[in-house]
Amino acid sequence: MPIVSLKEVAKSYRKGREVIDVLDGIDLDIEEGDFLALMGPSGSGKTTLLNLIGGLDNPTVGSVVVGGQALGDLSGRALARWRSRNIGFVFQFYNLLPVLNAQRNVELPLLLTNLSGAQRRKNAQTALMIVGLDDRASHKPGELSGGQQQRVAIARAIVADPALLVCDEPTGDLDRETAEEILDLLGILNREHGKTVIMVTHDPKAADHASHILHLDKGQLVEQAA
Amino acid sequence: MIGQIFQITLLSLRNLPSRLGSSSVIVVGIGGVVGVLVAILAMAKGFEASMSRAGQPDRAIVMRGGSTSELSSGMGPGEMAVVGSWSEVTAASGELYIVADVAKRSNQSLANLAIRGVEQDAFEIRPEISIVEGRSFVTGRTEMIAGRGAVAEFEGVETGSTIELRNSTWTIVGMFEADGSVYESEVWADLATAQSIFRREGGVSSMRVRLASPDAADVLSQRMEDDPRLDLTLTGENEYFKSQSQQLTTLIETFGYGVAAIMAVGAIFAALNTMYTAVSARTVEIATLRALGFGGMPVVASVVIEALLLALLGGAVGAAVAYFGFNGWTVSTLGGSFSQVAFDFAVTPELLVFGIVWAVGLGLVGGLFPAVRAAGLPITTALRGE
Repeated sequence: MPIVSLKEVAKSYRKGREVIDVLDGIDLDIEEGDFLALMGPSGSGKTTLLNLIGGLDNPTVGSVVVGGQALGDLSGRALARWRSRNIGFVFQFYNLLPVLNAQRNVELPLLLTNLSGAQRRKNAQTALMIVGLDDRASHKPGELSGGQQQRVAIARAIVADPALLVCDEPTGDLDRETAEEILDLLGILNREHGKTVIMVTHDPKAADHASHILHLDKGQLVEQAA
Repeated sequence: MIGQIFQITLLSLRNLPSRLGSSSVIVVGIGGVVGVLVAILAMAKGFEASMSRAGQPDRAIVMRGGSTSELSSGMGPGEMAVVGSWSEVTAASGELYIVADVAKRSNQSLANLAIRGVEQDAFEIRPEISIVEGRSFVTGRTEMIAGRGAVAEFEGVETGSTIELRNSTWTIVGMFEADGSVYESEVWADLATAQSIFRREGGVSSMRVRLASPDAADVLSQRMEDDPRLDLTLTGENEYFKSQSQQLTTLIETFGYGVAAIMAVGAIFAALNTMYTAVSARTVEIATLRALGFGGMPVVASVVIEALLLALLGGAVGAAVAYFGFNGWTVSTLGGSFSQVAFDFAVTPELLVFGIVWAVGLGLVGGLFPAVRAAGLPITTALRGE
């Protein structure tokens, strides 16, 4: 059973009187344990597709089922709760909270659980250890390099142990060497920790780290490469 | 839910130092509103208190029928004798009430100083009168005692000084207090001497009577109405002073609320602007939290709580400024009998609480709309910082 299943998904936006079709007739299954790269030119609908899978947006038409849960059946509040348990987000610009140190940033998703403070701290330390930043737990984002910040963001994404990591241009703001480190880390999480990774990227070299590559153009899947 | 509200609010408050300048706009704006409102209402409260302190339930004032103040009232010796003979009246003092132009200390402009000629029973009727400096006047002499408020407001009425009134020189022989009531704005003299100097032989403005019981007021009122010889009205002192203060108190309160309302509009816009800016600066942060699973309601609550805390701080600052700047400050104004009434601003605990309530109201309005906007933005749009 695929971890992600999209059936006849379409997404359109209204801009004034104009209706803009971003995605059209998407049918897609993503198997558990996959590392998928979503590629395509700007405006092709990559991020919109990622947002639909991550439960951040709803399709105009069609169904999105993730981990056996039809997202369209969930209310806004239930969807938020579902995201906190099932999805780890990694953003291009890290989206760390500047007033919190690395440890507290990683702990954020755990604040939505019933874990004790001590358990939250322990889990956050473990996540930071996995990304190799346990010695920077007390540093605030402003005191870390871009690559280190993205590692903290990845630690935040995995701390609640979600099955699916949704990464939007995770290396888009990094130099090549640091980008490779981040992609290696995502690979480790995929292979050794069993995380399913879906990554939007413009960068073919980044996409090479994935086990599958999907190309989107004008809102449609145009090619599937293994 | 409460845990989420607490966590997000904590994050917002940690962010405050980076928004100190814009946040202080709320504090200053709302502080100004509360400060002005409380100060003006303290003026009304002080005036009202000064007037009401003069009244006692077992005391009444007798005036000519239709008169609304002592200044426009007049009674003859015959009427005084009838009223004084009633068994329900345990003490009575015929009193002459006139005003004279005297220079104010503050700006040397002339203002109405109330002069009250009294009989000895006046002190028995009003036991709160106490001589705190010098001595009382002696019957038959052109001597006066001045209330503490009158001494503070007018030139030439301090103990030991003399004052020219109606071509006659009066010596101020003492100063009295009256529990901070309106009597402290007056100068008192012997009735017979005052009648002679001010050419009101035999006549008085009113009678002050002490009643055997508060209930006797109704009995005496009815008796006056029934007696064709008398064209008099009897009013309980509390009621009399309330009516004397009501017009001015209402005026001051209306003015205070008007000014505060205008300032409040400005403060609300300042709060809205500040909170919209705060929310705008944190659009991506808030969207990230929502993406991670934090709900929209905790976001709304956190923004509102931040606005409320800033408003509370502003309210506390405004209330403190009003209290330390104005409480007990003595001023004077024209009272109900066209005489200057000196009174102290009274910044009471109730007024302080009222000011804080206003601050909370302003903070709520100023925080709610930006909060709803913050929570209402689509996450995908907000994540792009739009």
